[in-house]
Amino acid sequence: MTNRAFQRIYTQLEAITKATVSLKAQGVSNDELATVDGRLAQVVKMKEDTVTLQVFEGTEGIPTNAEVTFFGEPPALNVSEDLAGRFFNAYGRPIDGGPEVEGERRYIGGPSVNPYKRKQPSQLIPTGIAGIDLNNTLVSGQKIPFFADPDQPYNQVMAMVALRADVDKIILGGMGLSNDDYLYFKNMFESAGALNKIISFVNTTEQPPVERLLIPDMALTAAEYFAVDKNEKVLVLLTDMTLYADALSIVSNRMDQIPSKDSMPGSLYSDLAKIYEKAVQLPSGGSITIIAVTTLNDGDITHAIPDNTGYITEGQLFLRLDSDTGKVIVDPFRSLSRLKQLVIGKKTREDHNQVMNTAVRLYADAANARTKLENGFDLSDYDNRCLAFAKDYSTSLLAIDVNISIDQMLDTAWELFGKYFTKAETGLKESLIQKYWKEKEA
Amino acid sequence: MNPNRKTAGKVTGVISNLVTVEVDGPVSQNEICYIQLGDARLMAEVIKVTGRKASVQVYESTRGLRGGDKVEFQGHMLEATLGPGLLSSNFDGLQNNLATMEGVFLKRGEYTAPIDVNKEWDFTPIAKTGDEVRAADWLGEVKEGWLPHKIMVPFSFEGTYRVKSVVPAGTYRAKDTVAVLTDESGEEHSVSMIQKWPVKVAINAYKEKPRPWRVMETGVRCIDTFNPIAEGGTGFIPGPFGCGKTVLQHAIAKQGEADVIVMAACGERANEVVEIFTEFPELVDPRTGRSLMERTTIVCNTSNMPVAAREASVYTAMTICEYYRSMGLKVLLLADSTSRWAQALREMSNRMEELPGADAFPVDLSSTISNFYARAGAVTLNNGQTGSVTFIGTVSPAGGNLKEPVTESTKKAARCFYALSQNRADKKRYPAVDPIDSYSKYLEYPEIVSFLNEKVAPGWVDMVMKAKTLVLRGKEAFEQINILGDDGVPVSYHERYWKSELIDFIILQQDAFDRIDASSPLERQKFMLTKVLEVCDMEHDFETFEECSAWYKEVINIFRQMNYSEFRSEDFNKYLEQINKLMSHDK
Repeated sequence: MTNRAFQRIYTQLEAITKATVSLKAQGVSNDELATVDGRLAQVVKMKEDTVTLQVFEGTEGIPTNAEVTFFGEPPALNVSEDLAGRFFNAYGRPIDGGPEVEGERRYIGGPSVNPYKRKQPSQLIPTGIAGIDLNNTLVSGQKIPFFADPDQPYNQVMAMVALRADVDKIILGGMGLSNDDYLYFKNMFESAGALNKIISFVNTTEQPPVERLLIPDMALTAAEYFAVDKNEKVLVLLTDMTLYADALSIVSNRMDQIPSKDSMPGSLYSDLAKIYEKAVQLPSGGSITIIAVTTLNDGDITHAIPDNTGYITEGQLFLRLDSDTGKVIVDPFRSLSRLKQLVIGKKTREDHNQVMNTAVRLYADAANARTKLENGFDLSDYDNRCLAFAKDYSTSLLAIDVNISIDQMLDTAWELFGKYFTKAETGLKESLIQKYWKEKEA
Repeated sequence: MNPNRKTAGKVTGVISNLVTVEVDGPVSQNEICYIQLGDARLMAEVIKVTGRKASVQVYESTRGLRGGDKVEFQGHMLEATLGPGLLSSNFDGLQNNLATMEGVFLKRGEYTAPIDVNKEWDFTPIAKTGDEVRAADWLGEVKEGWLPHKIMVPFSFEGTYRVKSVVPAGTYRAKDTVAVLTDESGEEHSVSMIQKWPVKVAINAYKEKPRPWRVMETGVRCIDTFNPIAEGGTGFIPGPFGCGKTVLQHAIAKQGEADVIVMAACGERANEVVEIFTEFPELVDPRTGRSLMERTTIVCNTSNMPVAAREASVYTAMTICEYYRSMGLKVLLLADSTSRWAQALREMSNRMEELPGADAFPVDLSSTISNFYARAGAVTLNNGQTGSVTFIGTVSPAGGNLKEPVTESTKKAARCFYALSQNRADKKRYPAVDPIDSYSKYLEYPEIVSFLNEKVAPGWVDMVMKAKTLVLRGKEAFEQINILGDDGVPVSYHERYWKSELIDFIILQQDAFDRIDASSPLERQKFMLTKVLEVCDMEHDFETFEECSAWYKEVINIFRQMNYSEFRSEDFNKYLEQINKLMSHDK
C-alpha cells in the first residue's frame, strides 16, 4: 500500500502481546487498517484514546517505538475481470508474479444480502459422485462443508467436484494450505485447462496464522463481484475452515476474551455464519455456492468448530474409509444436503426420494447385521442379504470414484433392490415398484 | 426525563458491536439511541450504565466508528409498531420491513416503516360513545385479509377511559384518528389504528391467564397423538444439527391450528426464510382456503445479520403475538432457534467482561428464558373472549449434548419436550422425535385429558399411554435381543419388539415431503392408532422369530401404503381390507 497525504503516524506503543499492540492515538476508526513496523494490522478495540491493533503477521521483534501508520479504511480488494486466473495472498496482493489488479476498490466483509431479496436455490449441481448426487444432492446457492479427518483426500474430492461442476468462476480460499496441496490445486486447475475461470487466495502453513482471517472475506468479495455485478455462477472453495477458527481463537485469547466451549471465542457461531451466509442465489441469476472443508479431530463432530459449522451450513458431507470394500465413500448416515429436497424429484426422476431413502435404510439394516456378527450371533437370511447389498451399494454407488449420471444411479439402485430383496422388504410405494422394479437376473 | 431535551453523548470506546458512550444527561436502561456515522444513523440499545458512561449494543456493524462520534438518546425502549398490515409482512429483528428496503444488500442505518400508515382500511366501530374502556378493549374492527383485526385501546393507557367519540363505519387510513377517549382527569386522547409497545415488556392487558385447557392440532402424529401441545402451551424441540428441527417446525407452521402464525427466524439460515417466502404464498390453509402467507408474519434475523438485533427479534415476534392474542385470536409463535438468541446474550455479556456462568453464558440465562416462555399462554380477555399464544422454540444444543445450559434452562420453562434423536435421524426415521425421552406435561392436566377424551374418543388418553408403554417395552426387548441374540430370547420378545416397530413406522414416522402423509388430521390419527393397537392386541403363536418378523413386516408395509393414500379413499380402503384379511386369517 502506498503512502498517502495526511497519514497519521505514531511511534509509541503502550502494550505488545503475541498478536496485538496497543497505543494512544486520535481519530482512529473501528476496523481500519494500519501498518505497525511495516506489518499490516487492523483496529479491533478502542477505549478512550487507547487503540488496540491486531497484527496479522504476529508481533515478533516489534519494538515499543515502532512506527504505526493508519490508513483510514478497512481492508479492501480491487475487483475487475482481471482477477480471473490469478493467485493472491491474504492481503489480495498477487503471488504469481503478475501485476497488481486494477479495478474498483471494495471493502471486504461487506453487508449481507437482504433475505427478502434472495431467491430459493433450485439449480442442481451434478458431480457424478453418487454419494453426493444420489444421497446428498448439491444445489447452487448452497453452503456445505466436507467433514473429514486430516488423512482423508478431501482436497482432491473438492477439486474434482469443482472441476466437474458447471459454474462460471471457481474461487479458492486456501487457509493454512500445505505448500504441497497448494501446488496440487494449481496443477490440477492448470491441467484441466480451467485456469482462466479460477481465482485463488492462498495462505500456506508457512505464513502467519492470523493472516488467514482475511482469506474468506477476500475470496467472497471477489465472489460477490462476479455473482452480483456480472450475474455469474460462482463456486467458492474454502479449505480448511478449522484452521480459520483456530486463528480466531488465537486472536480472542490474546485479547483476554473469556473462551466458551473448546477454547473457542463465544462469537464463533456468528463469525462462521458471516462467511457461510454469503452463499446466495440472486434474483438476477448469479449465485455463490460454498463448498468448504472442516477437518475433524478423530471424527469428533461435537467439537465446537464442526458443531457450529453444522448448524450454519446446509448439510455436511462425511468422507469415510469403508473397511469392507477398501474404498473412500461418502457416508450416507452422517452426510446430509439440506437443500436436496428442492431438486430431488423436481429436477430428477420421480423415484429419486424413495430410492434414496430405501437404500439408506437397507444399508442401516446391514450395519445392524454387522453389529450382530461382531457380537457373535447367527445371522438371519435377511441379515446376510443386507450385508451383501451393503457391499455392492458401497462399491457401485457410495465410492467417490464413481462418475455416472443420476438416472444411472437410480437404475443401479433398483437393480440392487431386485437382486437382494423382495418388494415388500423395500417398502417402496407400489406405483413406483410397478414402473421401475427390476427382477433379479436369473 | 425532560421530554423537551434529548440526552446526547459521544463515543469513547468500541469493541466490535459494544460501544461506550459518555452522556450529558439522564439515560435509562434499554433506552434506544442513534449513533451518527457519516450520513448513517446506527441504532443501539443501552445495556449497562456506569457513572456517565453508557454501554450500548449496536444493532449494526460498527465499522468506521470513531471516538467522539455523536450519539442521540431517544427517551424510549425498543418498540414494536402494532396495527393492521402486520400479517404477511417480513420484518427484520427490529421490525424494519424487509420488502420495502432498496437494493440487494442490507444497507447500514436503513430503517423502514413496519406498517404503511397511509394504507386504507374498512373500519367498523365496536365501542359506543359513553362506554367505559380500559387498555386492550376493542374500539372497532378492520378486515385484515379474512381476519377480524380489532382496533384496541392502546396497551400503554393506564386506568379507565370514557369513549368520547368513535368514527362511523367507513374507510380510513391507518394513521387517522378513529376514536377519542377521555381519561379520569378529563384529558382527551386520540386513538388511531396504530400503537406502539416496548418489546421487552409483556402485554398484560387481559383479565386472567388460566391453565391451558385445549389441545392445538398440528397434523404431526408424534405430537398430536403421542405428546400433544396445549393451545397457549409451550414446547421446545432440541436436537443436533441434521435431525430435522427445521422441517418439523415448518410442518407445524403449515398445519398448526392457529389464526395467526409468527415465525421468528432467529440467527438461522437465510435460505430457510427464503423457503417460507417462496412456499407459503403457494400453500393453502385447509381451514380457511386462503394462502398460508395471509396468516403468517415473519420476523427474521438470520445468522449473518447483526447479533444484537437477533436478541431483539424474539421479543419483537412475541409482542406481535400478544397483540393478536388481545383480539381473541389463536396465535402460534415458532422461534428457530432460541440457542442463537442465548448466544447473542453470551457475546454481549462476554464483551462487557461480566463474570460468566456455565459455558460462558450469562448467569441470568435461565431466568431470561423462563421470563420469555412465560409470555405465552391462553388468556381470558376483559370482555370474556379468549385468545392464546402457543410457543414452540427450537434449541440447538452444542455438540448435540442435551446437558448444556440453554437446553437445561429451557426444560425448566417449557411444558412439552420434543427431543430429536441423532440415532433416529441416522436411521432416517423422521420426524426424529424420540418417543421415549419426549414428553408432554399437558397429558397430566385433567382438563386436557377430559378435553381429549371428549374431542377425539372416549378413553383416548389411555390408548395413547398404552401405545407409549408398547414402544418402551419394545425398546427393552430390542436391547435384550441385541445382547442375547435372535435365538437367545423367546419369540415373545420379538413380538414385543415388532409391535413397537409397527407403532414407530405407522404412527411416529411421517413423511413430511409426501403430499398426503405430511398432514394427518386428528380424526385420521384416531383411526390409525385404533387400528394399529387392534393389531397389537392380537395373540399370535409364531413358531420362529423369522415368521414373526415376516408377518409384521407385511403388516407395516400395508399400513405404510395406507398412510400414503387419501383418508377413506378407494386405495385406503383396499389396504384396510388387506389388513383385516391378514388379521382374520391369523385368528
